[in-house]
Amino acid sequence: MELTTVWFVLIAVLWIGYLVLEGFDFGVGMLLPVLGRDEPTRRAMLRTIGPVWDGNEVWLVVAGGATFAAFPEWYATLFSGFYIPLFAILLCLIVRGIGIEYREKRHDAAWLRWCDLGILVGSTGPAVLWGVALTNVVWGVPIDADGEFVGGFWSLLQPHALLGGLVTLGLFLTHGASFLALKTRGDVHHRAHRLVPLFGLPTAVLAVAYLAWLYTHAGTPVSLACSVAAAAALLAGLSADRLGRDGWAFTGTAFAIGLAALALFVTLFPDVMPSTLDPDWSLTTENAASTPYTLQIMTVVAAIFTPVVLAYESWSYWVFRRRISVDDLELVPAE
Amino acid sequence: MLATLLDVDVLDIARWQFGITTVYHFLFVPLTIGLSVLVAGLQTAWYRTGHERWLRLTKFFGTLFLINFAMGIVTGLVQEFQFGMNWSDYSRFVGDIFGAPLAIEGLLAFFLESTFLGIWIFGWDRLPKRLHLLSIWLVAIGTWLSAYFILAANSWMQNPVGFSYSEELGRAELDDFMAVLTNEVVLVTFPHTIAASMMTGGAFVAGIALWHLMRRPDKDADAFRSALRLGAVTVLVSGVAVIATGDVQGKVMTDVQPMKMAAAEALYETEQPASFSILTIGSLDGSQEIWALKVPKLLSYLATGSVDGEVRGINPLQEEYEQEYGGGSWTPNIPITYWTFRLMMGLGFVAMAVGAWMLWATRRGRAPTSRWLLAAGVLMPLMPLLANSMGWIFTEMGRQPWIVFGLMPTAAGVSPGTTALEVGTTVVGFTLLYGALAVVEVWLLLRTIDGGLPLLAGGDGPDGPDGPDVTDDEKPLSYAY
Repeated sequence: MELTTVWFVLIAVLWIGYLVLEGFDFGVGMLLPVLGRDEPTRRAMLRTIGPVWDGNEVWLVVAGGATFAAFPEWYATLFSGFYIPLFAILLCLIVRGIGIEYREKRHDAAWLRWCDLGILVGSTGPAVLWGVALTNVVWGVPIDADGEFVGGFWSLLQPHALLGGLVTLGLFLTHGASFLALKTRGDVHHRAHRLVPLFGLPTAVLAVAYLAWLYTHAGTPVSLACSVAAAAALLAGLSADRLGRDGWAFTGTAFAIGLAALALFVTLFPDVMPSTLDPDWSLTTENAASTPYTLQIMTVVAAIFTPVVLAYESWSYWVFRRRISVDDLELVPAE
Repeated sequence: MLATLLDVDVLDIARWQFGITTVYHFLFVPLTIGLSVLVAGLQTAWYRTGHERWLRLTKFFGTLFLINFAMGIVTGLVQEFQFGMNWSDYSRFVGDIFGAPLAIEGLLAFFLESTFLGIWIFGWDRLPKRLHLLSIWLVAIGTWLSAYFILAANSWMQNPVGFSYSEELGRAELDDFMAVLTNEVVLVTFPHTIAASMMTGGAFVAGIALWHLMRRPDKDADAFRSALRLGAVTVLVSGVAVIATGDVQGKVMTDVQPMKMAAAEALYETEQPASFSILTIGSLDGSQEIWALKVPKLLSYLATGSVDGEVRGINPLQEEYEQEYGGGSWTPNIPITYWTFRLMMGLGFVAMAVGAWMLWATRRGRAPTSRWLLAAGVLMPLMPLLANSMGWIFTEMGRQPWIVFGLMPTAAGVSPGTTALEVGTTVVGFTLLYGALAVVEVWLLLRTIDGGLPLLAGGDGPDGPDGPDVTDDEKPLSYAY
């Protein structure tokens, strides 16, 4: 396999990892006012993502860094082109991170309300905007002969992109609910469990419409297979939820997100940012790439350290595998 | 008309944005680096001695560490993306070289820091003590690794090595990655930055401990005395390291960026030997002086290692660069380089003096009493913090007008497609948000400092009976997160 292809695959994997992992972080953040009726419940909910959310966010940082290193043209065009949406995402991520980390440092009611608002807004914004941004990348945007994005802000908000935003919003809500059902006990567990189909069924409809549209736009047999598998995974997750199998329900929603993202990247390849003005102006894994030498070094580093990272990150999930209930927190109120 | 006016300004606004977001981010980073080691050290002391005093100090400074760390994380996100957002032509030009250390930093350092920090925060009673201790040390190691790779990237901008220029693609391409990682600039900048970070952490611990010791002498005095001495010794030892590494750095800088050294000193004409001016009263850029305090031959020594060495001045260097790169100014903003260089060193020296004073005032079990010491101690955490900013501003402004020294002017790196309105929007947005967060962070730090050492769950404090206010329901549990 060409090294440029290897790095396309690695960046796709980083994005898939990011969307699957931060997907439930965003979901929990958005469900905070829905499921968190009282302070102990909200605290229990946030405790489910507390130890891991920051590590999950690093997947995005590394995806950004890897894009810079392996495909500088892609990094430059994407980030300068999607300027305002990216700015909005950054503001949201900042506010969310501070909300999560600072929330339990003080216990007065006004402070907690502000933090909860920050977490809600900071989770909802990226949940929508990542869908918008990724859809635009795959669908193509106006890129000129110099590889510059020339579309302007409003060109990023076309119907397909907005639908993409709704799909990620719905997927993350469903995923967050299935994650909470898996990770909690007691009342919040039951209510999260009931939310899974409530969000999951409309999302399934939207996602199927979206993926079908994608297929008619630029689909391949492989992307179609991924799309069908994504829809099947979502439906399987919903069925497992109905049967009370929390682990399988969560696996289903995780695979739904991962496979849908995979469908996007399969559709994209070998472009990295197609131009809607002229196909010759599209950025591809070839014309956007770094030198083979740089890619070789990066490949060696990634081959050595990725397994190590995966091992300790998985271990951290194992350490915090226990379900959390409000009662635990009341026994040790702020452990 | 408005558009033309605004177009002209994209570069300036983008530079302000980078300056604001980066200097702000760099307030938290050195403190994170220094404090992670000190908190790990405190926890190690507890692990080895079993003294609850160390555990309570670990939790107290650990909470402050986390408040600071959170700010570092969220402002660091902006760093990863703003090269592409505002400096897309720079990113295209250097991505083949500059991107790799950034990506490797993420893979090696950020995953390590974030994962093990989560384990450390929530793993207190879920992990064996040894493993839990290991997790904070891994966080500390992660911060050091992160510093190395990002400084390697920055050092390449100061002194590009291990690359060749591709005519065909119009970009710099990597030839030798080891040369980038062992750039003589990063080899001195890394220890200098780490030593300054340790100084920042030490001053933070010492200043807070002194305040508690003097304002609340009846509460946990033994613990805060230990913390104060630990912090003050850290400031002194790392201060010496800062000076030693800074000295080598000056010589490397004279070698690879002579203009920066001349600008640091506002030395207009070549001198041999060259004196070092401690202060100049006159024009801001030091070109005309009314009165100056000078140390003969010191600049020669700092720059070349010999008291009679020749130090080249700004004017001859400007002429030389005109020959090489064409007309235009190749001189940085002298008032900024001159004064940031002095403030950096001056603040560092003052912090060391306060550290020495603290040790003297607490020698052989004495209790510090001087009100002046209290005032100096309260200001002490700010000194290395500001010195770091000054050093950072100096090294970046001293490189101007280059974004990559000798290769790419800053003006050529800015994103061609962004408008002044867009960049203006984001600079205002980030500045307002950062300002609000600064208020929140300082408030939270002060509240936490004011709360004092947390009690351990299920027992009285080991350092004697505590005041009545400990029944405050959040107190014993203040290490919630």
